[in-house]
Amino acid sequence: MIDTAGREDNFSYRLWRYDGAPGELIPLLQSAQDHFGYIPRKAINYIAGVTGIPESEVYGVITFYSQFRLQPMGKHVIRACDGTACHVSGSRMIIDTIEDELGIEVGGTTEDGLFTLNTVACIGCCSLSPVIMIDDETHGQLTPASLRKLLREVRRKEKAAGQKVAAAG
Amino acid sequence: MKKVIVGMGTCGMSAGAQQVYDRMKQILAENPGTFMLGGTGCIGMCYREPLLEVRDGAQRTIYGQVTPEIAAGIFEKHVLAGEEYDGNVVYSVDGKGAVGGTEADFLRQQKRIVLRNCGTIDPESIDEYEGIGGYKALGKALREMKPEEIVEEIKSSGLRGRGGAGFPTGLKWSFAAANKADKKYVVCNADEGDPGAFMDRSVLESDPHAVLEGMIICGKAIGSDFGYIYCRAEYPMAIRRLNIAIEAARGKGYLGKNILGSGFDFDIKIKQGAGAFVCGEETALFASIEGQRGMPRIRPPFPAEKGLWQKPTNNNNVETYANVPWIIVNGAKAYAAFGTEKSRGTKVFALAGKVVRGGLAEVPMGTTIHDLVFKIGGGIKAGRKFKAVQMGGPSGGCIPSDLDHTPVDFESIPATGAIMGSGGMVVLDDASCMVEMARFFLDFTQNESCGKCTFCRIGTLRMLEVLTRITNGEGESGDVEKLQTLGRQIKEASLCGLGQTAPNPVLSTIRFYRDEYDAHINEKRCPSSSCSALVDFNIDAEKCTGCTVCAKNCPVNAISGKAKETHVIDNSVCVKCGKCITSCNFGAVYKS
Repeated sequence: MIDTAGREDNFSYRLWRYDGAPGELIPLLQSAQDHFGYIPRKAINYIAGVTGIPESEVYGVITFYSQFRLQPMGKHVIRACDGTACHVSGSRMIIDTIEDELGIEVGGTTEDGLFTLNTVACIGCCSLSPVIMIDDETHGQLTPASLRKLLREVRRKEKAAGQKVAAAG
Repeated sequence: MKKVIVGMGTCGMSAGAQQVYDRMKQILAENPGTFMLGGTGCIGMCYREPLLEVRDGAQRTIYGQVTPEIAAGIFEKHVLAGEEYDGNVVYSVDGKGAVGGTEADFLRQQKRIVLRNCGTIDPESIDEYEGIGGYKALGKALREMKPEEIVEEIKSSGLRGRGGAGFPTGLKWSFAAANKADKKYVVCNADEGDPGAFMDRSVLESDPHAVLEGMIICGKAIGSDFGYIYCRAEYPMAIRRLNIAIEAARGKGYLGKNILGSGFDFDIKIKQGAGAFVCGEETALFASIEGQRGMPRIRPPFPAEKGLWQKPTNNNNVETYANVPWIIVNGAKAYAAFGTEKSRGTKVFALAGKVVRGGLAEVPMGTTIHDLVFKIGGGIKAGRKFKAVQMGGPSGGCIPSDLDHTPVDFESIPATGAIMGSGGMVVLDDASCMVEMARFFLDFTQNESCGKCTFCRIGTLRMLEVLTRITNGEGESGDVEKLQTLGRQIKEASLCGLGQTAPNPVLSTIRFYRDEYDAHINEKRCPSSSCSALVDFNIDAEKCTGCTVCAKNCPVNAISGKAKETHVIDNSVCVKCGKCITSCNFGAVYKS
């Protein structure tokens, strides 16, 4: 249910339309991240050029907010909830399991570029805790076993899709 | 004709509401004209999602935990044959108003003002909002009331800010109204950052027009023509529905120039947050709207004088604005009839944690914690013992079960050392370690400290280090006193609410659970068997199948046992890494 119509309002359109109105830095950074998947060096460059805000200040704003990333993300982004309700329902164990299964730490991306693992403070599905989101899909009431199954399922599907492409090619 | 309505809030969607809706849509396509299909927001019974309602005039039947297969069954039995589908009815009202269903108690104990339309109307339809009396308050405020009269009405309703601090809303409005300026702003704080709180998300997703209407009325009252809603980016559905609502309101002339022919102009823009807890603090929120790092400013000057863009600004949270239209239509007296002498009206709470019925509940102020947890929440999961509630998230504190007669209002809750907060209420049972709870919240605030004030930036880190040491079994005598001194200093020397309240979870748990701190420090023991470093790991012989996975995963070879035989952990070798727990497919490993 992510707003797809809003994507028309893309990065270059926003840059082009920027009329000097104050307070547009964060929306510009958000559309850059929507567009590239992260905020590359060149986007900081463009934005600083158009708005007249020094690159150092743009960088300062990027690093202040946890939403912004300076590195590309994996194909699937896992957001493990570590809010209060999930925490008391064992989210630490869930995060440990993901780290162990994928061989990455929170904030890291797997070598094959398939998964990035982040934690979030609360997804707001507290009654389904412990909860994780894989991309835009929420999975609740997880146990270490069901979680490993879920992650392996995603892996398996990716592998099958890869072979299909290879066979077709 | 019968109407089938599927609950499509975020909780519902994550429980599978989309599949249920799609199945119903398919059934409707195969059986055209048999019923009408619609969506709605969240009725608050998150623990029974996905919910599906069959409405037939005044008769309402809500089914819980509906799967696509059950949906098909409901169609056959209820929609076509007119009988109740057995087993899943959670709430029903028959033609004469008699209430039934397994979860009737959950709704019966509530008084819904803020949530009046949540779960009953389609949030994406302005016609449905108008149909139940929406925008009548706006008409009344614009045509029949002077700005001073609106402020006076809100004042005498006794409404206080629902974001947590409880400042009288009418008084706040009167300050912003009194300041003369060429431009003023109305800001709605929808940056609901407390982990464990989801009241505002639910209102925005389920009844966005009520918030818009409240903001427009506020604009008229204080003499402002522009409003911002600052919503956190983690709520994509709320943002989407707000956008739909704003467009629709513009289309009907409730937003824009010359609203309802009254000569009053007002428009609203949504600003998306970018993931910073401190932006829930109003001056940091303004800085973020202005495109800067969200760091708080010194007050005074207060926002009513110099707020957003240095102009007089009125900032309230989502729930506060959602109350406004109800007060204007029904009158201040009707609102003030609910609640206690100093805390009027109702409050929405997000019940979560170890409670049976986790969800949203709106009750009159002054309801006791016991009633919330047991009468509405249905008690503690798995028959365990009620230990405490955590209120106010990382700024709040724990209230132990023996104080559960405490009424929830702006006077009684702070007296216990917790705060009202925005309404998150996390229920803890006897397996929850209070020291670990305090460490968890400190870890959160330490991460979210913006770094401006030294005491908040460094003091919280020092506190976190001490707490981590204690939970790892490395606590030293004098640690508790150290935490108390640091806590006091951080509270006194921080500029904004984040720092001023960050030590609360620690100080309140020390106050009520000093014995747990002492057990960790002196006896190197966790009384709740929760802190990994202080417990033994064991294998349940009944559940163990002898698959050998845990033994293979153990980094120190502490697990022994033959294939297909029960395994045993040698706790003298074990390093408490927890790999056996996370790798066991049968849930056989437990801590004690």
